[in-house]
Amino acid sequence: MLDSKIPEGPLADKWTKYKDDIQLVNPANKRSIDVIVVGTGLAGSSAAASLAEMGYNVKALCFQDSPRRAHSIAAQGGINAAKNYQNDGDSVHRLFYDTVKGGDYRSREANVHRLAEVSTNIIDQCVAQGVPFAREYGGLLDNRSFGGVLVSRTFYAKGQTGQQLLLGAYSALSRQISKGKVDMLTRHEMMDVVMVDGKCRGIIARNLVTGELERHAAHAVVLATGGYGNVFFLSTNAMGSNVSAAWKAHKKGAHMANPCFTQIHPTCIPVSGEHQSKLTLMSESLRNDGRIWVPAKKEDAEAIRKGTKTALEIAEADRDYYLERRYPAFGNLVPRDVASRAAKERCDAGFGVNKTGEAVFLDFASAFKRYGKTEASIRGLSQPSTEEIVTLGKEVVKAKYGNLFDMYKQIAADNPYETPMKIYPAVHYTMGGLWVDYNLMTSVSGLYATGESNFSDHGANRLGASALMQGLADGYFVLPYTIGDYLANDIRTGAISSNSAEFEAAEKAVQERIDHLINNNGSKPVDDFHRRLGRIMWNECGMSRNEAGLKKAIADIRALREEFWKDVRVPGNATSYNPELDKAGRVADFLEQGELMCMDALAREESCGGHFREEHQTPEGEALRDDENFAFVSAWEFAGDPSESKLIKEDLVFENIELKQRSYK
Amino acid sequence: MNLTLKVWRQDGPEATGHMDTHALEGVSPDMSFLEMMDMLNDQIIRAGGEPVAFDHDCREGICGMCSMFINGEAHGPGRGVTTCQLHMRSFNDGDTIAIEPWRAQAFPVIKDLTVDRSAFDRVIQAGGYISVNTSGNTIDANAIPVPKEQADDAFSAATCIGCGACVASCKNASAMLFVSAKVSQFALLPQGQPERESRVQRMVEQMDKEGFGNCTNTGACAVECPKGIDLSNIARMNRDFMSAAVKSKK
Repeated sequence: MLDSKIPEGPLADKWTKYKDDIQLVNPANKRSIDVIVVGTGLAGSSAAASLAEMGYNVKALCFQDSPRRAHSIAAQGGINAAKNYQNDGDSVHRLFYDTVKGGDYRSREANVHRLAEVSTNIIDQCVAQGVPFAREYGGLLDNRSFGGVLVSRTFYAKGQTGQQLLLGAYSALSRQISKGKVDMLTRHEMMDVVMVDGKCRGIIARNLVTGELERHAAHAVVLATGGYGNVFFLSTNAMGSNVSAAWKAHKKGAHMANPCFTQIHPTCIPVSGEHQSKLTLMSESLRNDGRIWVPAKKEDAEAIRKGTKTALEIAEADRDYYLERRYPAFGNLVPRDVASRAAKERCDAGFGVNKTGEAVFLDFASAFKRYGKTEASIRGLSQPSTEEIVTLGKEVVKAKYGNLFDMYKQIAADNPYETPMKIYPAVHYTMGGLWVDYNLMTSVSGLYATGESNFSDHGANRLGASALMQGLADGYFVLPYTIGDYLANDIRTGAISSNSAEFEAAEKAVQERIDHLINNNGSKPVDDFHRRLGRIMWNECGMSRNEAGLKKAIADIRALREEFWKDVRVPGNATSYNPELDKAGRVADFLEQGELMCMDALAREESCGGHFREEHQTPEGEALRDDENFAFVSAWEFAGDPSESKLIKEDLVFENIELKQRSYK
Repeated sequence: MNLTLKVWRQDGPEATGHMDTHALEGVSPDMSFLEMMDMLNDQIIRAGGEPVAFDHDCREGICGMCSMFINGEAHGPGRGVTTCQLHMRSFNDGDTIAIEPWRAQAFPVIKDLTVDRSAFDRVIQAGGYISVNTSGNTIDANAIPVPKEQADDAFSAATCIGCGACVASCKNASAMLFVSAKVSQFALLPQGQPERESRVQRMVEQMDKEGFGNCTNTGACAVECPKGIDLSNIARMNRDFMSAAVKSKK
């Protein structure tokens, strides 16, 4: 049975009471306890730095050449916090409520409430570290709005918030490295976790430069290894982002929760051709000021696709601002899953606006006018011309989103200040991940999962600007407490040896797999298989799913996996720097994880958040939940092969929020 | 597009490198430079060869991992872009393109186009932070107002992605632009004041230890910087360094 270990008592008091009751480790004992942190994104860097500050001996790993390059760096829009600086009615409870509702009622109340509680500390901490958030003229912090909420609670640093927050955590980490409290291993990849007497006591890692396998023992291991969106091949994730660490943990007994919950982000630059290696996000913050539309008439859409008409030639009356039409209350700021499905619906109906028919417009013309008028008024211009207003407005928009507009121009070879952007949904984030209890411990004793790698806070759909919040909450403010409660029992254990039979066996298994891959001598490069897997996943387990498609996908993935092991070609050797070998290991894991995702999607006979089963929708085409039968977390237990995995249910109990059909109308 | 690629190949830090020539056909102008490199590697692997090793990750210009010296310029032609944001439409059919790694003593080659930039990390470890522990009890984020202009300048300096293009572009392989960007970010914020003097001294000391060259104010670094980090940061660092030296009790 799964025990989520949620503390007793009223929701708002749980975390405080928990902190008062847990065991602490005295400073002298912390010095004899070792912790390994895998991954140095927001969740990993913040955890490694905080644990080292507390006195633990920390070893941190990242596969990149520097901890500063983890993919948190690419987060654009912002970070939420219930500061209520804007005096617009925000509160911890409202952030909690918005997050549970936004997640379509598939997350744990206690975890989400804790997240909302510590959100305010994050902003204080980051400002103290010198994170240069955007400010108002009076010198105070500025906020903006994100999808699915009615308040402005998002703190930001232009379109580079993730970069600034990660550099803040990286600074804190660097300080501990300089003190010798963190042993930082760059260009290292975790290959497996090692279990000793039923507890996770270390890992096998591979030095990616020399190819050497290394044993690292510790009292506890923290996985902060991000999400698995790259199972789709094309996603907004970095090329190296992978599921391998989480998957290895899964195979050693950590349950994988809600693997089918994937976030498809509505505003990405559309695919341009077969050569595409990744997709680029255009921050959700753009939906604050951009209006999404397609032509109202099919013949206009066809003309645009053929190139005989441009967006500017479509009269206002002939435009369909479909989000504003369908969801007047939230308009362009509906949550991501809703916005993505609405774009797909219009494009499937034949209103798409690029060559492939898979794009909609994101238009800033009215924002240029609106900001221009305010700016003209500030500057005291009397009766400015429309051109003057638009020029002033463009300057304001440039100050807010300049880097995003530049990025778009660079990739799409089109100037978004003159013509509307074209966007389409793309895989962005995975709400699913390793199952963790309230302590962020997986179902394996001593093995923790934080940030995107766990499943805990976002239910079936994550709200914008909440990933950064969760990563830092877990690393700075949650894990440092909860891990102490576990480690307090280890103060008499002494150093863990890596010379045991368990380490020996784990290392041997890793070596065998590497040898198999490198000696396979097949005919096709790794990417060939990865692309094909991605196509199966996107078509059958993407924005909408159905029984027949998922069953077909499962069969196709099994066949592809078999072909991979027979026919993959990995060049070079295993004893020097060989990125193709690294990639092969990751794709091999995706080929197993993909099957489990489809099984999970098949088992969940309802639609909720990002999981849309065509069989379960309202007459208006909205997601139709089945709270009676599916208000649970699907935790999958590995049993030798993905197809044999067992479903364990953790019932979700809602004591503080009434379950409702989500409405953004 | 059909291209001739001249690519630097080097087995390891101690090995002797050389330029290899490859013909690549059917390149789309919509491809990014790294997608073109993927295509090259696919061709090499299918022919039984060893692919070109190069660093890359986010492919959206922010992680700072990609690092190619293309036709004699860090991140290739075009301003304000990283290699991953460079698109093949910037080249012409029939072009010959030379692709080399960053070249600097402080950035030894690991393999082919991949170099070791850990010297940058060590410079940050020497003082590129504000010494605050994680605490749930720091003062409220709005307790100290920061003038917008100052906050914006601090942000601009903080946007450095640590790619090393500045070092690769400098004839002296100087890291002044990189170091000064971090020094400036904290020098411009009230939170950075307590350690302002020791920070600049320690970071500059580490920079010298790593073997980066001196700055002779040619400004090549700022021209090739994909994030437009301004030369004025170097001036600010020099001022702070001088002032710290004068006030130093050591």
